[in-house]
Amino acid sequence: MGSNNITQTGHAVHAVDLHLHHEEQSFWRKYIFSTDHKVIGIQYGISSLLFLLFGFTLMMVMRWQLAYPGEPFPAMKFVLPFVVIGLIVILVSGFRPSLGTLVGVLLIGMGALVYFLGNGDERFPDGIMLPEYYNQLGAMHGTIMVFLGVVPLAVGAFGNYVMPLQIGAPDMAFPKLNMASYWVYFVGGIVMLYSFFIPGGSAQSGWTSYPPLSDITVPGFWGGQTFWLIGMVFLITSSLLGSVNFITTVLQLRAKGLTLMRFPFFVWAQFVTGFLLLLAFPPLEAAGVLQLMDRLAGTSFFLPSGLVVSGQIWPNSGGGNPLLWQHLFWFLAHPEVYVLILPAMGIVAEIITNNTRKPLWGYKSMVYSIIFLGFMSFIVWAHHMFLTGMGTAISSFFQTTTMIISIPSVIILSCLFISLYGGSIRFNTPMLFALAFLPMFGIGGLTGLPLGLSASDIPLHDTYYVIGHFHYVVAPGTIFALFAGIYYWFPKITGRTMNETMGKVHFWGSFVCMNVIFFPMLIQGLAGVSRRLYDGGQQYAHAQNVLYLNEVMSIGAWVMALFQLVFIINLFMSMRRGKKVESNHWEATTLDWSATSSPPIAHGNFAKLPEVYHGPYEYSLPGNGKDFAPQNEPMKA
Amino acid sequence: MEATTNIEEFKKHHVRKYIIVFVSLMGLTIVTVTVASFHLSVTTAIMVALLIAAIKGSLVASYFMHLISEKKMIFMTLILTVVFFAVLMGLPLFHHANPITIK
Amino acid sequence: MEIPYTVTPRPDSGLFNAKLGIWLFLASEVMLFGALFTTYILMRIGAPDWPHGELDVPLATVNTVVLITSSITMVMAWASLVMKDFKKYKMYIGLTFLAGVIFLIIKGFEYGHHISAGELPSSSTFLAIYFTMTGLHGLHVIGGMIVNGYFWGSGSKMWKTEPERFTNRIEVAGLYWHFVDLVWIFLFPVFYLL
Repeated sequence: MGSNNITQTGHAVHAVDLHLHHEEQSFWRKYIFSTDHKVIGIQYGISSLLFLLFGFTLMMVMRWQLAYPGEPFPAMKFVLPFVVIGLIVILVSGFRPSLGTLVGVLLIGMGALVYFLGNGDERFPDGIMLPEYYNQLGAMHGTIMVFLGVVPLAVGAFGNYVMPLQIGAPDMAFPKLNMASYWVYFVGGIVMLYSFFIPGGSAQSGWTSYPPLSDITVPGFWGGQTFWLIGMVFLITSSLLGSVNFITTVLQLRAKGLTLMRFPFFVWAQFVTGFLLLLAFPPLEAAGVLQLMDRLAGTSFFLPSGLVVSGQIWPNSGGGNPLLWQHLFWFLAHPEVYVLILPAMGIVAEIITNNTRKPLWGYKSMVYSIIFLGFMSFIVWAHHMFLTGMGTAISSFFQTTTMIISIPSVIILSCLFISLYGGSIRFNTPMLFALAFLPMFGIGGLTGLPLGLSASDIPLHDTYYVIGHFHYVVAPGTIFALFAGIYYWFPKITGRTMNETMGKVHFWGSFVCMNVIFFPMLIQGLAGVSRRLYDGGQQYAHAQNVLYLNEVMSIGAWVMALFQLVFIINLFMSMRRGKKVESNHWEATTLDWSATSSPPIAHGNFAKLPEVYHGPYEYSLPGNGKDFAPQNEPMKA
Repeated sequence: MEATTNIEEFKKHHVRKYIIVFVSLMGLTIVTVTVASFHLSVTTAIMVALLIAAIKGSLVASYFMHLISEKKMIFMTLILTVVFFAVLMGLPLFHHANPITIK
Repeated sequence: MEIPYTVTPRPDSGLFNAKLGIWLFLASEVMLFGALFTTYILMRIGAPDWPHGELDVPLATVNTVVLITSSITMVMAWASLVMKDFKKYKMYIGLTFLAGVIFLIIKGFEYGHHISAGELPSSSTFLAIYFTMTGLHGLHVIGGMIVNGYFWGSGSKMWKTEPERFTNRIEVAGLYWHFVDLVWIFLFPVFYLL
């Protein structure tokens, strides 16, 4: 790697010189209202990680009620860890104005938020959780995890930071739009958070917000549902701005020689995701506007005639169609599932091929699969609606498309598995997370098949089995892939590595806990326990045999939180004290590693725009000298 | 591309085209309003009105928005959009027309 | 480092960035209005009877004429820039803005008439979807007017420094404005004539 490295260091030095001349920007333009895709990526990353932690905390509070129904809630036990970790983060960041200190303060602030959410007569009279409040926590957990946590982390953070580097672009195509996208997301998040503080509390009709329930709970402007809808309109707008930017950037700003079939798989994943966001989100925006009209202008889009609420006829014109919401919602939310999973697959593909030191097996079939997957995800949505009085013709259609869409997912997963075969695998932390993604996503996918078939979906619908299924896809699936990505690209962002020992502790702890939390859900679901039960099923005879699992899952969740603390400390300690490494730390072939310094220079990324000579994963080529051939270097004959 | 062409030629080709399109749009507006006063059956009225709207829409898209001479990439995006648009319109209707039946 | 292809088209795609961007945005707008048209159809199917002739056809016809006229002035504004006639551009973009104002005033009269007659969105699903769709379209008109107004006013300074880039901007703004016109071309028969 010798000669390559010398030129790189050369670039880096040159870059620093260039950088110094640019240094006139104010603090605000540089860190807050920056148009640099790297800064925006980090902003997205920090915000979405905080939201993930917050969404997880809501769930930990809920799990108290599920494990010990009717017992007083020990709020301080949940607040203390935030304060302690906040202080530790400030400590390891060395008491100076820095990102670490900011996050430490935010963590302590979050502790105060949790204290607020864990007390008060309108939430915990006599220390015992109210059923309405349980519903609020459930609805907001889902919303925050999906729309404020995972999607912004997978697309906003990784897409923004890594994708332009991988295609050799100096920035996104529309930097100002990129900044606007982040700040619109930020406002959406604030609106969602603020809804906890209004008198009626936040939205409580589930993350799917099915009407008529969502139309009539705490009606009017000061109902949490109104804030949920306004927040969603902001989040959708943010995604739209982002997706326009992503697609344009991929198509217009890719480096010379980087043909579509030379894209790293991660770029393909982001590209397809961009189209999903672009075309699937607007119907939900429309649905959100319609539900806002229902709540604020008294229309009846989703309210049928003759609706009776608490023994009284609901005052409205009627004539609406509650199923319309479900259609519009799932028209978004099924592609949304793929928005969650495709970037994860992209990250895992990058890490597996890098750490097996082998080309990705079946790259082309993976690319065609991911395109097909994206396309099919638009025509499977009504498999969420088998119980809505659906005739056999339409249900057969959706069952067929649902079975078809499992094929490309299986192809991608098989290719990733086969890529491992015969490799000399480096078991570092990112690789462990990426490897764990494979079986975890496998379980998630396979448990989905019975839900895609009408006959087996009818008994399983809205049971804990469904919860277990999609959490296997998203939590140990996508979130593991995102952790893998954080460990993998951390040296790119900071020029330092994260601590391996702490990383491994984080991995094994999370891996065990994830399964302790989610596997029992499948068992409970098969026993017939419904989701969204305030007491976890205590009053049902058929749930008695599996009730003990509630406590197991809750303890699993709380223990997992401890392992996430290891991650938080590792993240901020490594920022300051991590081992300094070379710019291409993992000896990777893609442009993000091979053509820029670590961290890349502000505004422009590359000292000179790179040129691409061959495909993305040329590892272990016989006769090439070194075991990897960077995309920006011509291969030796 | 256009910036480099001869101004006179541009005038001859484009500006005249825009005026023709404008006049046809006005004409079609009058036609559709007139037809609506004929008391046709509901189905026929819908067909005629949507047909005229579709023609007007295509004229705007083809000439004012230059879609007729647009690049392949934009066509592909729009074809994809039209497919999903049809899905979004069609499948809920299909669901509506195919409720569960109990024998 | 400058971002490439903001002014000149990329050779292999034949497009400058903003043109692809605006078409992608319009694609998402198609889906937004598509969802609302789906709503319209389902509301209409579900209603026991659907009102005819409740809305003011002559006023809406005038509005259709106004919007179509604004479309041709918009495209002429762009064409004037291509022909390097900045004065004509100013006139045409100003006319486009004016047409937007006229459209909104007429729409405002219609709304005022309905509201004073007690015909509110809550009265029936017909009025609900009518107010929602025309209202959302109206917001799009306002958005377009803000953009056009900016390019008529201080935004037009760019013509002196970067004429080609400015012409591109007007083309992009025009694409959006034509789309707003196109949506109205469908809204008009759907609500007023059927």
